[in-house]
Amino acid sequence: MNNSVITLKNIAVSFDGEQVLKDFNLSISDGEFVTLLGPSGCGKTTTLRIIGGFISPTDGDVFFGEKNVRDLPPYKREVNTIFQRYALFPHMDVYENVAFGLRVQKKDKADIEETVEKMLSLVNLKGFEHRKVSTLSGGQQQRVAIARALANRPKVLLLDEPLAALDLKLRKDMQNELKNMQKQLGITFVYVTHDQEEALSMSDTVVVMDGGKIQQIGTPLDIYNEPVNAFVADFIGESNILDGVMKRDFVVEFFGRTFDCLDSGFDENEPVDVVIRPEDIDIVEPIRGHLTGTVTSVTFKGVHYETIVDFKGFKWLIQTTDYYAPGTVIGIVLNPEDIHIMKKSEYSGLFGDYSSYSEEFDEMADPEIDLVEETKEAESYE
Amino acid sequence: MKTLSKVYNGLIFAFLYAPIVVLIVFSFNSTSSRVKWSGFSLRWYEKLFGNAEILDCLKVTLEIALLSALIATVIGVLSALGIFAMNGKLRKAFLAVNNIPMVNPEIVTGISLMLLFVFVYRSVGLLQPGFTTLLIAHITFNIPYVILQVMPKLRQLDPRLYEAALDLGCPPTRAFCKVVLPEIVPGVLTGALMAFTMSLDDFVISYFNSGSSAQTLSVLIYNMTKKPITPEINALSTLMFGSIMVLLLVINIRQIKDMGQKANRS
Repeated sequence: MNNSVITLKNIAVSFDGEQVLKDFNLSISDGEFVTLLGPSGCGKTTTLRIIGGFISPTDGDVFFGEKNVRDLPPYKREVNTIFQRYALFPHMDVYENVAFGLRVQKKDKADIEETVEKMLSLVNLKGFEHRKVSTLSGGQQQRVAIARALANRPKVLLLDEPLAALDLKLRKDMQNELKNMQKQLGITFVYVTHDQEEALSMSDTVVVMDGGKIQQIGTPLDIYNEPVNAFVADFIGESNILDGVMKRDFVVEFFGRTFDCLDSGFDENEPVDVVIRPEDIDIVEPIRGHLTGTVTSVTFKGVHYETIVDFKGFKWLIQTTDYYAPGTVIGIVLNPEDIHIMKKSEYSGLFGDYSSYSEEFDEMADPEIDLVEETKEAESYE
Repeated sequence: MKTLSKVYNGLIFAFLYAPIVVLIVFSFNSTSSRVKWSGFSLRWYEKLFGNAEILDCLKVTLEIALLSALIATVIGVLSALGIFAMNGKLRKAFLAVNNIPMVNPEIVTGISLMLLFVFVYRSVGLLQPGFTTLLIAHITFNIPYVILQVMPKLRQLDPRLYEAALDLGCPPTRAFCKVVLPEIVPGVLTGALMAFTMSLDDFVISYFNSGSSAQTLSVLIYNMTKKPITPEINALSTLMFGSIMVLLLVINIRQIKDMGQKANRS
């Protein structure tokens, strides 16, 4: 807590009576890479805009260090933002875009030139100084936006889905570059995305959000291995989520069978959600399996097969490198470390059943939905 | 079929432009006959520029056009910004209200303004019909044209540009001047040009709102027609037609260019 650069305390925001954020508390440490992750409309962009100063919260306080900046306008804040779709100034060339913040601060000419050159070489755009921004590709525009924001030497950089408009290959490259840049410069990054893979691979801390509330804060490993509820388990990666009963510490019962597990601290016979990751399941001959089921469909995904298996009417997703034809009866073995137990929550029963499985993470990555959310917010802001 | 449509088109243009052609041709006639062509001369133009009354009105007309365009542009841009910042319903309502003066019969606008000025003059003693009332009237009917030209530019503008400028440390007014204004300048200029043209072009509203102290050219021409007409009027009208034609061309070329740019961008 003591070295936190940004603290959000009891933040609530509503637009036109509609609650967008509620009871939001977050503390961001110096030099940390924090990602706000969640589906469209979860309030992640709103949170970022509160830190940037573009929205003032209906309730609650924002601290930069010890200072309450709740009512400080954006141009007096020591943070800089990289906007979705870049927001480069179209009537200026690359050099002027990067120099913009420095000119506002009335830095002397030599100083500006030095900083701009340094920033442009940082983002590999040397030689592009006098190009018009409209002649640049999406990736190059993105780099200009990064250079422009970093030229002001912000303590904290806010990034609003910066890679959403880039194609997959470029996005992966930029993920690495951003991560390296952040390590090299030691600047705090607050990163907004709806892409769980991006969040897991880049962040020190992931904040999973839904419905204007924080669902879980943790390292990528924590979030993935120890999700707190069905929403997080489903949103981060793929999960089979089953109803179970905690018999006692380290023993859980589901599908009429008890399994050893690594979780404790629940009441005796407490109903729980059981999470089993599709890649953790070992397939064996039916006779040796803890459970047996029938393969109902198989999809080839490149690295593995996504195999849907019917266990007593409940369908599981299993990722396997071996091919099992539909109709095959298989057995599975679950080791204690493959099983994760969660308390029941409002999300119980909503996720983790693959009965109606249909390429669901392709739908998740649909950027169109996010644009709608964004315009709505922009309008409310004005 | 094709020749028929060509002939039809030709007839339309002939009817539209024949009066103007006659007007222009006879402005160069060497006698004052409006029927018989007696040779080319510039004497009516000479006479025109020797006429102190006409030159006086020309000065008033240009002053009114320039001032009203300038003031209407400032007010129009500010109003457009205000309307743009409103939420959907209110914005629509204001735009509808903005359109009324443009479709309202000019004579209604003219008379209502006149009545207002007379009322104010009688009750407070301010705004005697003259240059000021003329200017106010022209500003009033020019503002909607400016708003109409600036709004689409604001709509095209990425709202994040302004935020990006704030984000980089620019206070609001400077952010507007450095980032928003350059983007909407084409619309602002077109709006100003239109306002200028409309002001030059106007007769009805000017007729009701100019006192004896300040008259525009169009009002003067109307008054001249009450006396025996000399081809000076032809010369004057030709010049007015010419200048408005040029202005309209400039406006249209600007708009075509703008559309081309938009097409390029998307």
